[in-house]
Amino acid sequence: MGSISLKNVKKSFGEVQIIPDISLDIKDGEFVVFVGPSGCGKSTLLRLIAGLEDTTAGTILLDGEDMTKAPPARRGLAMVFQSYALYPHMTVRDNIAFPLKMAKASKEEIDKKVEYAARTLNLSSYLDRRPRALSGGQRQRVAIGRAIVREPKAFLFDEPLSNLDAALRVNMRLEITELHQQLKTTMIYVTHDQVEAMTMADRIVVLNAGNVEQFGSPLDLYKKPANRFVAGFIGSPKMNFVDGPEAAKHNAHSIGVRPEHFKLSKTAEAGTWKGKVGVAEQLGSDTFLHVHVDGLGLMTIRTDGDQTFSHGDDVYLTPDQTRIYRFDAAGKAI
Amino acid sequence: MATAQTRTLSRIMMAPAVIVLLIWMIVPLVMTLWFSFQNYSLINPMMTGFAGWANYLYVIGDPSFTQSLVNTLILVGGVLAITVIGGTFLALLLDQPIWGQGILRIIVISPFFVMPPVAALIWKNGFMHPGYGMLGHLWKFFGLQPVDWFNQYPLFSVIVIVAWQWLPFATLILLTALQSLSEEQREAAEMDGANAINRFYYIILPHMARSITIVILIQTIFLLGIFAEIRVTTGGGPGYASTNIAFLVFRTGILSNDIGAGSAGGVVAVVIANVVAFFLMRAVGKNLDA
Repeated sequence: MGSISLKNVKKSFGEVQIIPDISLDIKDGEFVVFVGPSGCGKSTLLRLIAGLEDTTAGTILLDGEDMTKAPPARRGLAMVFQSYALYPHMTVRDNIAFPLKMAKASKEEIDKKVEYAARTLNLSSYLDRRPRALSGGQRQRVAIGRAIVREPKAFLFDEPLSNLDAALRVNMRLEITELHQQLKTTMIYVTHDQVEAMTMADRIVVLNAGNVEQFGSPLDLYKKPANRFVAGFIGSPKMNFVDGPEAAKHNAHSIGVRPEHFKLSKTAEAGTWKGKVGVAEQLGSDTFLHVHVDGLGLMTIRTDGDQTFSHGDDVYLTPDQTRIYRFDAAGKAI
Repeated sequence: MATAQTRTLSRIMMAPAVIVLLIWMIVPLVMTLWFSFQNYSLINPMMTGFAGWANYLYVIGDPSFTQSLVNTLILVGGVLAITVIGGTFLALLLDQPIWGQGILRIIVISPFFVMPPVAALIWKNGFMHPGYGMLGHLWKFFGLQPVDWFNQYPLFSVIVIVAWQWLPFATLILLTALQSLSEEQREAAEMDGANAINRFYYIILPHMARSITIVILIQTIFLLGIFAEIRVTTGGGPGYASTNIAFLVFRTGILSNDIGAGSAGGVVAVVIANVVAFFLMRAVGKNLDA
């Protein structure tokens, strides 16, 4: 069991209000990602749930039980930190066994659980090493191992992959998702990387300036963004926004078109907007064209890898009419 | 220092400093060694010449030597115990977020800036004097007979004074160590269910181990040669109750005017310091690698 509910949770540090008012319901076994730009309060929110910070107001319920004032140890949650926070003077075995030792588990039980965790995470041959003799990915796994032996109600991950190189990050992303499938335990994962959020989450919480902008499944967020912020934050490359008369044609204050929802042509008849190709980023599978559209500014267009546009070419763009997002003056989706 | 030429050059450039340091160290050592094998007493200038091992046998054979050796070890051990334990405790307190932290830290460090004879005088007259010391007044306030610290507990009194001087040093080093512990590690331990005592024992103490080692090593070097505090307060007495090896050398060589025996005592002190250093390095030195 591991359902987590936040009811009107507020947090201020002195005069500075980090979280104005948040209510969330996270179901048992869900993989929820908190995503948002840096300083949006996502880590603070996680630390509130963990009990490492006191809430200014509001209640936190774990499995329906009020844990707002409970110390971290009593909440039955496990956390994986950004810096891994391994204990450098202990071997991998002792690191993983530490929470069990603190819970006064018997020697046999500790051994059994450490062995199990090590096998799950491919750490069996490193058990007698110190953390500093391990690579970044291995350290990450030890930190996860230390979390799973406690059999917590929920796992909390605080940007766990940001210290890893790109290739390893993709790998660990898969491993953590796989682990969630195996354990079926609630997980809350904080990241600023929307790709991590999209690929891992059952549901995503998009945070901005301490407010929940939208809470929904990855595809919901992608297809039906609640407002301009979510539309711009989810999806890579970013959505293109157009204000003014061009938006007014669609009865909106501003409109947005994703880079992948354009048709390109080299002839005037087949295009709505005319522009000049700037930089073309070729990834092999895709090409990202940065097009200076006349009167509308720079737009990013995603197209297949075989496009042969060069710098300065004229190009005509047609947005897919069914996939134009419209926003009102306050940025809300219409 | 890649090429042969730069190596030669660097050696030539360093040579003056090395030679000066060498002379500085070697000359007194050789002279002490030389005097320790001579009959050389200021009271009896007629008695000169080679003495063989007589000076050494005289110093080591004297019962006061054994007592001084024991006193030295008690002094060093006692001060180390008080400063390391007390320093850890103070460092933990000073690490808490409190109002006026900066000023408080300076106040805590300040005893270290007081010169040893001055510190000893303050304690002797300001605190421990049975007639007009603060402690005497305190005892009288409770209707007790004031303690004559330097007569009744001479070695303990010296330990207290020296510990007072070195506590700031230990506190300062240990506080720095404490502050270098990552906040996330503490929080991780907290999440793992460790209470304050377990966090201290399993996380904080191992983290500070290296700094504690350094405090022990540095302090031992200085504590083996404690002199001023003894000279100012007890004068090594009563009898030999608060005489350590360094003070014994002083008593033999200067107070008794026996330069030969004093030198022999000095050489013995050097040997003892090396023996202590050897065992100390064996015991705690392993904390220093890594």
